[in-house]
Amino acid sequence: MAGSTPASAIADATDVAPVGRVGALGRAPRRRLLRRILQTPAGAAGVSLTLLVIVVGLLADLLAPTDPLVPAGPPLAPPSPAHLMGTDALGRDLLSGVVYGARTSLVVVFATGALVLLIGVTVGTVSGYRGGRVDDALMRVTEFFQVLPRFFLAIMAIALFGPGLDLLVLVLGLTSWATLARVVRAEVLSLSQREFVEAARASGASDTRIVVLEILPNALPAAVVYLGLLLAQVLLLEASLGFLGLGDPNLVSWGYLAGQAQRFLRVAWWLSFFPGVAIAFAVLGLNLLGDALTDVLGGRR
Amino acid sequence: MTGRYVGRRLLQVLPTVAGIVLVGFLLIHLAPGGPIIALAGDSGDDEYYAFMTAKFGLDRPLPEQLATYAGNVLRGDLGVSYIQGRPAIDVIAERLPATLLLAGTALVGSSVAGVALGAWAAARAHSIRDLAVTSAALVLYAAPVFWLGQLALLTLALRTGLFPVQGMTTAGGPETGLAWALDVARHLALPALVLASQEVAAVARLTRAGVLEELAADHVRTALAKGLSDRRVLVRHALRRALLPVVTVIGSRPGHLLAGTIVVEVVFGWPGLSRLLLTSVQTRDTPILLGIFLLVAATVVLANLVTDLVYGWLDPRIRYR
Repeated sequence: MAGSTPASAIADATDVAPVGRVGALGRAPRRRLLRRILQTPAGAAGVSLTLLVIVVGLLADLLAPTDPLVPAGPPLAPPSPAHLMGTDALGRDLLSGVVYGARTSLVVVFATGALVLLIGVTVGTVSGYRGGRVDDALMRVTEFFQVLPRFFLAIMAIALFGPGLDLLVLVLGLTSWATLARVVRAEVLSLSQREFVEAARASGASDTRIVVLEILPNALPAAVVYLGLLLAQVLLLEASLGFLGLGDPNLVSWGYLAGQAQRFLRVAWWLSFFPGVAIAFAVLGLNLLGDALTDVLGGRR
Repeated sequence: MTGRYVGRRLLQVLPTVAGIVLVGFLLIHLAPGGPIIALAGDSGDDEYYAFMTAKFGLDRPLPEQLATYAGNVLRGDLGVSYIQGRPAIDVIAERLPATLLLAGTALVGSSVAGVALGAWAAARAHSIRDLAVTSAALVLYAAPVFWLGQLALLTLALRTGLFPVQGMTTAGGPETGLAWALDVARHLALPALVLASQEVAAVARLTRAGVLEELAADHVRTALAKGLSDRRVLVRHALRRALLPVVTVIGSRPGHLLAGTIVVEVVFGWPGLSRLLLTSVQTRDTPILLGIFLLVAATVVLANLVTDLVYGWLDPRIRYR
């Protein structure tokens, strides 16, 4: 089936493009998609929370009242108009820490997401489209990565290589793509049996052309939906590592703030409360968004 | 479930275990400073370096090193921790029971509570109680476990004194017998509850979805038409079939659960693996870290294996392709 029409064997493959383009997710329906997500309360909440974190992260320099690493008031001051979320033991403004923490989370989530998408979509597509032995081999590798305990692997890597954002993203990205690859593989597998793909194949389009123009555009929505749920878990994992003091020592992160709060739990509830709320909101936003997209696109949870 | 299925599934474990062992090897060899610094730290004495070099064959060619390392690992011999001056595996084994007690309690509790809550919510879909369960599950699923722990400490332990704040036993309290067990149980309650909450959320969500799907199925309508009671139909006909994917999810979460256990241990000062793990990161005590990583990975592989076999037993349609 696959691989029977090498590109070089096709004299003129340029005029086969319109044959099987499906319009299910073309421009206009996509706008309707957003409206349908916003119509459900859960979807609207998901979109708002996710947007909120993105905007705060992007505009951290403008939104943070002070430098999160420099003392700005009395130590351990409870929330007040001067310091809306209070201050820590060194008198640093917690609101500024939470605002800059959004930026750290944003960087981790986007960088890990890009890596996961790249590996997951590549493995899933090759596996689903090629089938046979390649599929078997890739699925064994995928299963292996699903079993690998990410949290403990990350801790060992941090101990051996030293803490840092780049290492964290690399470890999280390299170990989180497995389920995404399976989702993409399932999509590609069913898509490659569809009529419009058969039609493109019959008209002599190359494998690369079929995959890039016909299959991927239709398989990607499922991948993106799943990515939201997956990144919510990545965010929680990064927060846990930060809580244990294993995050990047040069950056403020929500997990790190909550970890620092542990010693002052008796005297300063706000130090653990607000960073935790921030993490929960961000994770909830991604989960709700993922669920809403799944419902609207009619996929399975 | 055929013997063939069991056999094929058991064989699958081998490459997985080999892969996990290989990951440890790669990390140690890629680490800055090379394998001897990674394994023995940079503060050891010559005698210790010579011991670890010989133990892992670090003066031999690479394939031989891999073989020696794999042999050591599979025998459970990870070398001597320089910091502790004892075999790494002994140090880990000492801390393991407390971690297993906490994780095991949470696993059993969350499975039972999650299935019960999910089915209870699905029985009256879209009612107030369903809404309450699903929203609570959604929030618990999103909340970081250390935050839930800190909130529980603040509200239930520090403010009201209902639960002890830190540790596994009362200092100077009973050391044996029933009184000791009760003391441990009192200390265990809150951390186990916090650790279980996220798992409860995951299991309840899945059970609810599964039961709802089954309740709409033909065989349930037939059972109701036969005049069976609602409760009987729910438990015997809908829940039973809906449990299949739930079993898979419970079996696939030990890695996640153990990660959560480490974090919860830190919040509640529970004397398990967490403190050992964190000091080993600071002192770069690789034999310990490698041991914990391999132990967790082995647990996850074993849990997956058991899950698949249980699944095959529950659902006779399963055949290894």
